[in-house]
Amino acid sequence: MTAVESASGALDTPIITATGVVKTFGGLRAVDVDKVEIRRNKITALIGPNGAGKTTFFNLLTGFDQVDSGTITLDGNDITGTPPHRLAEKGMVRTFQLTKALAKLSTIENMKLGALDQLGEKFWAALIPGAWAKQEREIEARADAILKRFNLTHMRDEFAGTMSGGQRKLLEMARALMTDPRVVMLDEPMAGVNPALAQSLLELIKMLPAEGRTVIFVEHNMDVVQEISDWVIVMAEGRIIAEGTPAEIKSNKAVVDAYLGAHHGEDLSKVQLS
Amino acid sequence: MPFTGVRSSFLVVVAALGVLAGAQSASAQVSDDLGVIGQLQYQDANGVKVFVEGVDLSIDDVGGATTDKDGSFRIEVEGPGEYTINIDVATLPTGISLRDPERSSLQVTVSENGDQRIIFPLVSSESGAVANAASSASEGNWSVRRVSQLTLEGIKLGLYLAMAAIGLSLIFGTTGLVNFAHAELITWGTLMAYFFNIYGLVGFLGFMSGWPAPFGEGVNFIVATVLSMVMGGVLGYVLNRVVFRTARNSGVSLLAQMVMTIGLSIFLRYVYLYFFGGRYRSYGQYASQRANSFLGMELTTRDATAMLVSVVVLVAVGVGLTRTRMGRAMRAVSDNKDLAESSGIDVEKVISQVWIFGGALAALAGTFFGFDQVKWDLGTRILLLIFAAVTLGGLGTAFGALVGALIVGIAINWSTLVIDSELKNMTALVVLIFALLLRPQGILGKKQRIG
Amino acid sequence: MDWGFIIERTFSAMIGPEVMIYALAAVGLNVHFGYTGLMNFGQVGFMAAGAYGVGVTVFWLNWSFWIGLVFVFVYAAVLALLLGIPTLRLRADYLGLVTIAASETIRLLARSRVMKPVTGGVEGIDKFAEPFYNLSPFELGKFYSFGPFKYLGRDVWVLMVGWTLLILVTLMVQQLMRSPWGRTLRAIREDEDAARALGKNAYFFKMQSLMLGGMIGALAGLIQVIQKSSVQADTFNPVITFTIWTILIIGGPGRVWSPIIGSSIYWSLIVFVENTLRQLPAGARDTLRDTVELSDFNIGMLRFMLVGGGLLLLARFRPQGIFGSREEMALDRR
Repeated sequence: MTAVESASGALDTPIITATGVVKTFGGLRAVDVDKVEIRRNKITALIGPNGAGKTTFFNLLTGFDQVDSGTITLDGNDITGTPPHRLAEKGMVRTFQLTKALAKLSTIENMKLGALDQLGEKFWAALIPGAWAKQEREIEARADAILKRFNLTHMRDEFAGTMSGGQRKLLEMARALMTDPRVVMLDEPMAGVNPALAQSLLELIKMLPAEGRTVIFVEHNMDVVQEISDWVIVMAEGRIIAEGTPAEIKSNKAVVDAYLGAHHGEDLSKVQLS
Repeated sequence: MPFTGVRSSFLVVVAALGVLAGAQSASAQVSDDLGVIGQLQYQDANGVKVFVEGVDLSIDDVGGATTDKDGSFRIEVEGPGEYTINIDVATLPTGISLRDPERSSLQVTVSENGDQRIIFPLVSSESGAVANAASSASEGNWSVRRVSQLTLEGIKLGLYLAMAAIGLSLIFGTTGLVNFAHAELITWGTLMAYFFNIYGLVGFLGFMSGWPAPFGEGVNFIVATVLSMVMGGVLGYVLNRVVFRTARNSGVSLLAQMVMTIGLSIFLRYVYLYFFGGRYRSYGQYASQRANSFLGMELTTRDATAMLVSVVVLVAVGVGLTRTRMGRAMRAVSDNKDLAESSGIDVEKVISQVWIFGGALAALAGTFFGFDQVKWDLGTRILLLIFAAVTLGGLGTAFGALVGALIVGIAINWSTLVIDSELKNMTALVVLIFALLLRPQGILGKKQRIG
Repeated sequence: MDWGFIIERTFSAMIGPEVMIYALAAVGLNVHFGYTGLMNFGQVGFMAAGAYGVGVTVFWLNWSFWIGLVFVFVYAAVLALLLGIPTLRLRADYLGLVTIAASETIRLLARSRVMKPVTGGVEGIDKFAEPFYNLSPFELGKFYSFGPFKYLGRDVWVLMVGWTLLILVTLMVQQLMRSPWGRTLRAIREDEDAARALGKNAYFFKMQSLMLGGMIGALAGLIQVIQKSSVQADTFNPVITFTIWTILIIGGPGRVWSPIIGSSIYWSLIVFVENTLRQLPAGARDTLRDTVELSDFNIGMLRFMLVGGGLLLLARFRPQGIFGSREEMALDRR
């Protein structure tokens, strides 16, 4: 795997910024974020109680939902309203809370689907196997290498539908890497994964920044967040109520209260970091 | 009797004849080239013969023809025998109707000697003034009188459509299923009203036809209408209970269920054809009425009453949905099934109620649509309009269906100001496509449903 | 009862023109529904587009039959765009609503008196297919025997061209579905969002699929009107669309050869049932007519009741087709 060099900006500039992003559903402000910056080649965790707007915010960042107002940039370029497939081409890939392994495709087909810029995806070229066979072999080799890293080689030719829930999570992440992304966005990667598999998944996530990839993930399990993240963003009722290193967040009263509901009814954005 | 027809003097009934198609075809016939021929014509207010072009006639399972500019038609048949020829009165020009509306199907015996001629006597309901205005200038087309008449017709169509559409929309709302068999629930209502009205409660079973009323003899149309609604509710309940509830419980996907509704639709439609036949029929009462005139518009007492009933029913549905516990539960399930379920609503019970009410409303709509003609595929012919209505209003919303239906009904009738009335239902497709392009969630729908 | 006659009819139905035409239309629907998951409830509209592609060109424009062949595909592509642009970004059932509505509207438009100069109205169009039959190496009016089957020369010619096209189109679809393009379609069928997250423009792929399947349907419509030597609006009845659906689900959606297998099974079943009923001894027939109203006309209607009932039961119990594996079903449900 080659690391992807960012098109612009030094290593210390944020790769993603969201400014004034608002999304309402039927009068309810699901997301209301003044400003957030995602640091390049770091692992950022997005946490918060149920209904805090994490997944909606994720959907806004990845183009699966449209903002009512506000701006989102990727490497300084405005990507507000860009459809998901364009964002994937720009190096931003996501996984889903409910795993979307394609059950009726084999594991290797799932993997090969992830590759971008395939000649064989053009209609006329598809008719002529010679036009895409060579690229297909390269893609397959790359897919096999990633499968090996994810310890899924034994499932290579099985339908993805026969996999366990944890294996599907692994496959979905492996497939996401086939796009050779700069930003990997994981929506609850650990949910439903058994402890043994979870540990190897964590190791795999930890390796990504070294390859030049930024990771953003939504997670409920605070132990996981403490273990792998460089930076933690806390959301509640659609707003960002705190940001900081895992250690800072752990001792933040507002965060603890948000989870326990002590500040119920108060405007959480006004609670200052200790 | 509220339906009794009122004679209105402005309505000039003029003689009409079907006249010889001409000797040229009759003499040239050989025995292996047989057909049914005729010529459609009427006399206008000035006594001038007018040939009627573009009327569709058909013989079941044989073929059809459209009259040419001389009003002539010919339908070829395979050999000598008894045939039933139908005239599609929907294709008659506005203001022209059969002298005897119950005789839209005629029996004809074709011998081996040659073509058999048949006569459909026509009358013009145009008063002299209207006929002159229409023929003198094209602006007559746009006269206040014509536009208001079309609007009235549009509201009538819209009211009937709304009753047909609410069930479709609520079934979608509560189950996520687009019920393509809804058209057959409408036809079911028409046919039930017809059978009760003509044969009585059990008379269509043949061996009971000799029984006294209300069993073996037709019942009053108003009673038949109520019974038809009951039967509509029964069919709705049975379809949900036997077919779709079991499918939901076995985890059949929504798309597969949608294909099931298609299969069901075709099955029912051809069961109707099998037992009812392809003939167009009329109810035993109120089949033809003279129109009353008010404010320059014409409306029969029958249609006025049916419209009034529709308004009352729709208002009742609206009040029921907002004020009663059951109606609120229906809307809650349509709005958010999971939330409704977690707040203690018995979702399956609500779905069952929606099917029953949807079926009954569709049956009532079908009964009213049947005033023109009772036929086996009546519902299918208006399915497009219903789809346009519910999509325009917002799939899943009962009030959206009402708004959409009125708009579609009026738009279709207004469209005849600029396009041939034969093509007026095409307007519904145009409405459907533009609704999806401009506001796919519909006028009253929510955006989350459509993606 | 003449069992020999019934069996001969049944077997010759298995390779007859209906099997070929419906199979071809089902190949198009297979691209739509079987591989991409598009709910096209108006395949007969695409068949009509193909039929009028050549019919209108010859009848109205007075151009050559061969130029008409181009319009077969142009009309189908335009129709696909018209139906796809408003619906393919929305949930799957909206395409169903619009396609069923459009296919019926096409029929009404084609038979209308306004369009009579263009489409021939209710009477339709005939005498347009001569250039095709002029190429026939068989004598059109002569009978040719193949084993137990006897066909007129013109039918042999249509069957030969039709089956060749059917096989070629099927092989083309097979090739496409083995390619990355087909893989993407199958991914979209299963989960559109997953495909979009991986950089696939699902809307674009669905549009391509709608156009391809529509053009194949148009080709089926073309062959149908050539075989009948007439273009009649009323032959493009919506129930044809659902006969094609039944055929596809019998064979199993998403399998390359299922349209041909499904069509053969469907048509031989229909021909067998109808001929058997028509050949019943007089006593039995009278009994059936008196008790369940099984007249000659109603025997013809049984076909559609079978289509409807069959589609209902297949979609309910065997959506993967009668040869599909339970395992495949299980994958769906997990």
